[in-house]
Amino acid sequence: MYTSLTNRRKFIKRMAMLSAMTAAATMFPGILFADEQEKGIPNNANLDWKKAPCRFCGVGCGVLVGTENGKAVAVKGDPKSPVNKGLCCVKGYHSIMALYGKDRLTKPLVKKNGQYVETSMEEALDLVASKMKETIKDHGKDAVSIYGSGQWTIPDGYAASKLFKGCIGTNNVEANARLCMASAVTGFLTSFGIDEPMGCYEDIDYADVFFLWGNNMAEMHPVLFSRLLDQRQKRGVKIIDFATRTTRTSKASDKSILFKPQTDLAVANAICYEIIKNGWVNTSFVEKHCNFNKGLTNMGYGLEDNYKFKDKPEKIDFAAFKKFLEDYTPEKVEKISGVSVKDIKYMAAYYGDPNKKIMSLWCMGMNQHSRGTWINNLVYNIHLLTGKISTPGNSPFSLTGQPSACGTVREVGTLTHKLPHGVVMNKKHREFAAKIWDVPVENIPSKPTYHTVEMFRALDRGDIRFMWIQVTNPMVTMPKLKRYRDGAKKEGRFIVVSDIYPTPTTDIADVILPSAMWIEREGLYGNSERRTQHFEQMVNPPGEAMSDTWQIIEVAKRMGYEKQFYYKEETHIEEIYTEYRKHHDNKKHNMAPLEVLKSESGVLWPYVDGKSTKWRFNAKYDPACSNGEDFHFYGKPDGKAIIWQRPYEPAAEEPDSEYPYWLNTGRVVEHWHTGSMTRRIPVLHKAMPHAYVELHPDDAKRMQIKTGDNVKLTTRRGEIILPASINQRGVPAPMQVFVPFFDENLLINDITLDSFCPISKEPDYKKCAVKVEKA
Amino acid sequence: MPIKSYLAHPHSGKKEELIQALSSIEQCEIMPAQNKDVLILITETEDKVEEAILKEKLDTIESLKLLAMVSGFNTPQNN
Repeated sequence: MYTSLTNRRKFIKRMAMLSAMTAAATMFPGILFADEQEKGIPNNANLDWKKAPCRFCGVGCGVLVGTENGKAVAVKGDPKSPVNKGLCCVKGYHSIMALYGKDRLTKPLVKKNGQYVETSMEEALDLVASKMKETIKDHGKDAVSIYGSGQWTIPDGYAASKLFKGCIGTNNVEANARLCMASAVTGFLTSFGIDEPMGCYEDIDYADVFFLWGNNMAEMHPVLFSRLLDQRQKRGVKIIDFATRTTRTSKASDKSILFKPQTDLAVANAICYEIIKNGWVNTSFVEKHCNFNKGLTNMGYGLEDNYKFKDKPEKIDFAAFKKFLEDYTPEKVEKISGVSVKDIKYMAAYYGDPNKKIMSLWCMGMNQHSRGTWINNLVYNIHLLTGKISTPGNSPFSLTGQPSACGTVREVGTLTHKLPHGVVMNKKHREFAAKIWDVPVENIPSKPTYHTVEMFRALDRGDIRFMWIQVTNPMVTMPKLKRYRDGAKKEGRFIVVSDIYPTPTTDIADVILPSAMWIEREGLYGNSERRTQHFEQMVNPPGEAMSDTWQIIEVAKRMGYEKQFYYKEETHIEEIYTEYRKHHDNKKHNMAPLEVLKSESGVLWPYVDGKSTKWRFNAKYDPACSNGEDFHFYGKPDGKAIIWQRPYEPAAEEPDSEYPYWLNTGRVVEHWHTGSMTRRIPVLHKAMPHAYVELHPDDAKRMQIKTGDNVKLTTRRGEIILPASINQRGVPAPMQVFVPFFDENLLINDITLDSFCPISKEPDYKKCAVKVEKA
Repeated sequence: MPIKSYLAHPHSGKKEELIQALSSIEQCEIMPAQNKDVLILITETEDKVEEAILKEKLDTIESLKLLAMVSGFNTPQNN
């Protein structure tokens, strides 16, 4: 990894400064340090400051980037952004440094006789197009695929979907958001019939109590967490951390409640039981606006190839739901979850109090869950039963992890079953997309093909022969990684990887295309709160690096789709966005015109009559409501949301005598996902140079393990040795361990399990069984 | 060679005075918050003796209400 610091003392002073800034941000939410933000700006600099959404995470903070002589030299929080109000986290403050790592990819590389050889972009793109055509001819349309990410800009994802689904005619389009947000999507779709949160970040300013469901916000969404702390300072709000591990968030919260892995399902049902038992149901809301459903149970875990599951919803009534909850009394659930009766009642009492506004926040803890859709449904159940939804401060809120997981993957629809508007299974939706794309409707297949895990299984089996990977690093992030790495390396596979730095994924590529990063091209992102943000090109990309959008357009033209990819190089982003807006031209999802996005720090869709919609489904705020009532859940045909009967079921692999610990994986504040960018920022790399395994102090003492000692972790997939971390940043519960996944040299995903939620197909990275030994 | 960082809290209305006082000390580097009554103080001294002397000097600053240490590092002298 690149480290360039020569002056150790200077570096240490910088570390000391950063530590103090982090501490200050926790104590004084919203604190600004102008000096720090302007550090590095040359004397007498005449900087050109332009706005952009931050490149990292899904919060969507507004930053101002200062450029001089064609180089980005400074970054600071944008005080005009309603998201972060001028604040940044450590990643944001150093974001521009990710542009200038020494080993940026600047030339296309083609593998010849086992060696990478530099070539021109023209030749590399010719090769990509010809290989794709050859694969289609030899193996059929469904033998080619594209795998992108929630870091794709909106135009990137749109061009990919149009090329593969509309022109080539395969639904082999997936994105890494399947690994992080798919359960949130299916949670929204099953409960409300339409995706993405009904509320917005402004809910933080109104809520009285915040429940964090398995969500380490202090590290993963530090700027939003500081807004919570700010409200505590101003209004005395309560923050309750409900998690399996003690983290920085737990320590900063008013109350930390730990539960055994997977048992959040049981606790959520127990909260519903208490709400009904104590008469806290908002009866008029439920009668007017909710239906009750149950679905199939014992669905399995997707561990076998070609696993299929389709839920069969069945209507039930309130009495049946109440009866079902008798299995979830606090006393029964205490035995399953380890959460005391007192704490269950404490949580339920806040949710049930009609005078308290409640915001529930979650991210990977609930989504990377083998019953991810169910736990999303269950938290919505709590808000629906109490009528605490779609009003300022009453907000179940799924946070995202990537800058455009919402904007690109969910809204453009870069998943196998999705179209920009609707799904491939729906004839009318296919006709609508085909008309805008100017392709025959027959081109768009009516059946989804492979979700992400199954797509990599298909590559291993040989059903897929060509894969184009853009802006993501699956050779670090796929669960049960060894199988998929070996599969990708098999004979007869052709892999194209577009990225900005060498990664373990470029290591498996036949062609590596250098990409333009963030402000080296024009683009748009969509954040967690439905905010679409535009950024212009501020600096030139290095060498022959090219935007992912333009790479796709160039290949599409070479494949004979000039008519559909008519865009001009100098105006293609505007042309694509204008075309994309046609897919959402309705009151439920209208996107703002580009000129509005250029002038403002983003706006929330649906953007109707020149205004953002802050609270969907509430007739007072949402122009799409049309049933004449206060609320209208218009995603469902009868305008009613669904309260789901979903039971507790165990995880796919639970600890046993051979593998007695739980293994949980996740992120750290310094690094963006797999670290391919942040590990090239010296101050962040030095602050968190390698992965580690956290153990509970009692377990460590019993095994005579101290911080820094090597520990061997063994699962049914393999083994790995990591240094121990005891009582450092996070503390797992007894008989549990935690390992961050950012370190490409210590690939924890080599030993994780590829079980997934049968409805969302999102893997559960939080739970498998592991043996722990001192190495 | 100890390097330490602190959050320095001024007495009410004395932020500017504290900035002036700390800025005049050779071993101190400060970064005031733009919108809150707190500043970050980084101290860099040759050894523990010099650090102790500095600490005594800081304790005499009247505008300083509280000094809360955030981090401490020790580096070899030749760096």
